[in-house]
Amino acid sequence: MALLEIRNLSVDFATHSGQFRAVDGVDVTVDEGDLLAIVGESGSGKSVSMLALMGLLPWTATVTADKLEFDGQDLRTISARARRRIVGKDISMIFQEPMSSLNPAFTIGWQIKESLRKHTDMTRSQRQDRAVELMRQVGIPAPEKRLQAYPHQLSGGMSQRAMIAMALANKPKLLIADEPTTALDVTIQAQILELLTGLQQETGMALVLITHDMGVVAETVQRVQVQYAGQRVELQEVGGLFQNPHHPYTAALLAALPERATEKRLPTIPGVVPGQFDRPAGCLFSPRCSFADARCIAQRPSPAGPELGRALCHYPLIDGQPTGKESAA
Amino acid sequence: MSEAILTAKNLKRHYEVKGGFLKPDATVRALDGASFTLTPGKTLAVVGESGSGKSTLARVVTMIEPPTEGDLIIGGRKIGPEGASGDRDLRAMVQIVFQDPYGSLNPRQTIGQTLMEPLLLNRPEVSAAERETRARDMLAMVGLRPEHFERYPHMFSGGQRQRVAVARALMLEPKILVLDEPVSALDLSIQSQVLNLLMDLQERMDLAYLFISHDLSVVRHIADEVLVLYLGQPVEIGPKQAIFEAPRHPYTKALLSATPVADPALRKERIKLEGELPSPMNKPQGCSFNPRCWRRQDVCTKVEPELQGQGHCFACHNPIPLDETEAA
Ligand SMILES: Nc1ncnc2c1ncn2[C@@H]1O[C@H](COP(=O)(O)OP(=O)(O)OP(=O)(O)O)[C@@H](O)[C@H]1O
Ligand SMILES: Nc1ncnc2c1ncn2[C@@H]1O[C@H](COP(=O)(O)OP(=O)(O)OP(=O)(O)O)[C@@H](O)[C@H]1O
Ligand code: SF4
Ligand code: SF4
Ligand SMILES: [Mg+2]
Ligand SMILES: [Mg+2]
Repeated sequence: MALLEIRNLSVDFATHSGQFRAVDGVDVTVDEGDLLAIVGESGSGKSVSMLALMGLLPWTATVTADKLEFDGQDLRTISARARRRIVGKDISMIFQEPMSSLNPAFTIGWQIKESLRKHTDMTRSQRQDRAVELMRQVGIPAPEKRLQAYPHQLSGGMSQRAMIAMALANKPKLLIADEPTTALDVTIQAQILELLTGLQQETGMALVLITHDMGVVAETVQRVQVQYAGQRVELQEVGGLFQNPHHPYTAALLAALPERATEKRLPTIPGVVPGQFDRPAGCLFSPRCSFADARCIAQRPSPAGPELGRALCHYPLIDGQPTGKESAA
Repeated sequence: MSEAILTAKNLKRHYEVKGGFLKPDATVRALDGASFTLTPGKTLAVVGESGSGKSTLARVVTMIEPPTEGDLIIGGRKIGPEGASGDRDLRAMVQIVFQDPYGSLNPRQTIGQTLMEPLLLNRPEVSAAERETRARDMLAMVGLRPEHFERYPHMFSGGQRQRVAVARALMLEPKILVLDEPVSALDLSIQSQVLNLLMDLQERMDLAYLFISHDLSVVRHIADEVLVLYLGQPVEIGPKQAIFEAPRHPYTKALLSATPVADPALRKERIKLEGELPSPMNKPQGCSFNPRCWRRQDVCTKVEPELQGQGHCFACHNPIPLDETEAA
């Protein structure tokens, strides 16, 4: 049984210009000890889908799903109280905006220890020791002193690490890390990623890593889920994804990596992600896809099989070539 | 090889900060002795950890702030600690593009107004009609459409806004463009559009670039030369090839080895650095990198190493031997 199972998750926001679909039928499956990355264009619903799982979206959001199960419990129907016991303990999240999730009115130490108090039966001195240990693990020098600091007294990188410490405090079974290292230098980033994958190996913690850094993806995770305009367009094991992407968006994304460039001019993806008013009727990537044809424009594709990375495409790519097109060429 | 358009010699920028309760006043040595040249048509990339002084360097080169010490010679003219405030033409020669494509444009101005503003302020002699013509030409130059002229920034994507920021920086026909993390906030697919644009414009207008980035794969693609800053000081500078393939300074090597590579088949050995960037208010004795360096010797804690070499220079008492510097 999977640790986390999400089926057909959709999120709509009520905006003054009407309903806006930010997440459009996404599936996510995470097993115990899994390392999954979610990548995709800015605005593709990566953060919103995970916030929906955590129950942290504003009231303007309508969340629907056929299944939303964690550790055998149906998150759609459990009581708010039961949910609070899970969220923050067994599932925890590192947020994209570090400052927004630290409370400016309390010291870092108080916030970590408060979370330990709520979710464990540690004594006061055990909580203090655990807090120091956590701060040290995330590479914060002079941790005893830093525990007494207020969030505004720490640099961006330091508060991001304090957040990571807080997220790890209760030894979660599932950690969702939303761009956890963007404010950090590569030297510190390497240390944090090693810490997270180390925890996965030692404790079996599962990690969902949201990032736009394909280098981090390549070096950290086992599986990759690619999202575009609120939909999952591909799901593959990491080696296969980089070597043989099956969805045209994934292929275009990887081609844009400077380290893959064969000449000075880099390949680009023309156009922009569809917005609220120009969502295409057919495939959402069709306005920007170099393989699009009349069928793509008219008809929504359904996902291919696992051997083709579940590519949401009428003509999944194999070695860069579309398959299944009538031999009209 | 054409002549340098900008020469920096031992450039420094220090900040005096007031101490608070029980804290003495202190000097932040944000930029502490950088020397380099910029050449038309070429790109010097600046890399280094957060707080290493990259943006400070950008502000000094753009003459937003005067150097505390050292020489800055732009187009044959020298800018000392007194700054260049009065000299419009000199200031027009160097323009800057910032990281944030959202914050750097005025939301109340149309793209057209944004582009015409530098001319209005710096070239009042240019007629209104001519201003508009030049702004429209520039819009086309950066690959935007004529109808974008009347639109407001919120109607644009991140990449389009960054194009506008580049267009605005080019309105005064500068010779030097300082780019402070110009693509860091952009999606990969948009990043390549902006990088292509920058490379095209450089070729067409023979621009010299000072390109600040923490993304080494971008630097590797776009740079001719690379300057590695550590605590406000250059620790290594040289042709891109040399820096990436045969780094001699331990910090450069550590930086390269910590950078993740977008290839799952290639899992590499990392050099682990201990500790973190010390404060520029209170630098270690001797080599500033010594508390974190695995090649440290006695001399390193006493004597500050000087930048030495020809073409490829590094400041280290115990540099990595050439035969150990395999491709990173
Ligand atoms: N509270 C909200 N009200 C209305 N729309 C929202 C709200 N929060 C997010 N959105 C929209 O939902 C879409 C998905 O946003 P989300 O933050 O999940 O993107 P993302 O994939 O995480 O992007 P990024 O890589 O930039 O973090 C975006 O178009 C965003 O503008
Ligand atoms: N006006 C100022 N007054 C005091 N200290 C300053 C000032 N401006 C910058 N500093 C300090 O100088 C150092 C260098 O800052 P700078 O912004 O140049 O770093 P950077 O390399 O651009 O970092 P990042 O990668 O985070 O942008 C930092 O320690 C910073 O706190
Ligand atoms: S369905 Fe058509 S338009 Fe969509 S990604 Fe596949 S080939 Fe491209
Ligand atoms: S001078 Fe010494 S401490 Fe500094 S980088 Fe070189 S070997 Fe390391
Ligand atoms: Mg996000
Ligand atoms: Mg900066």
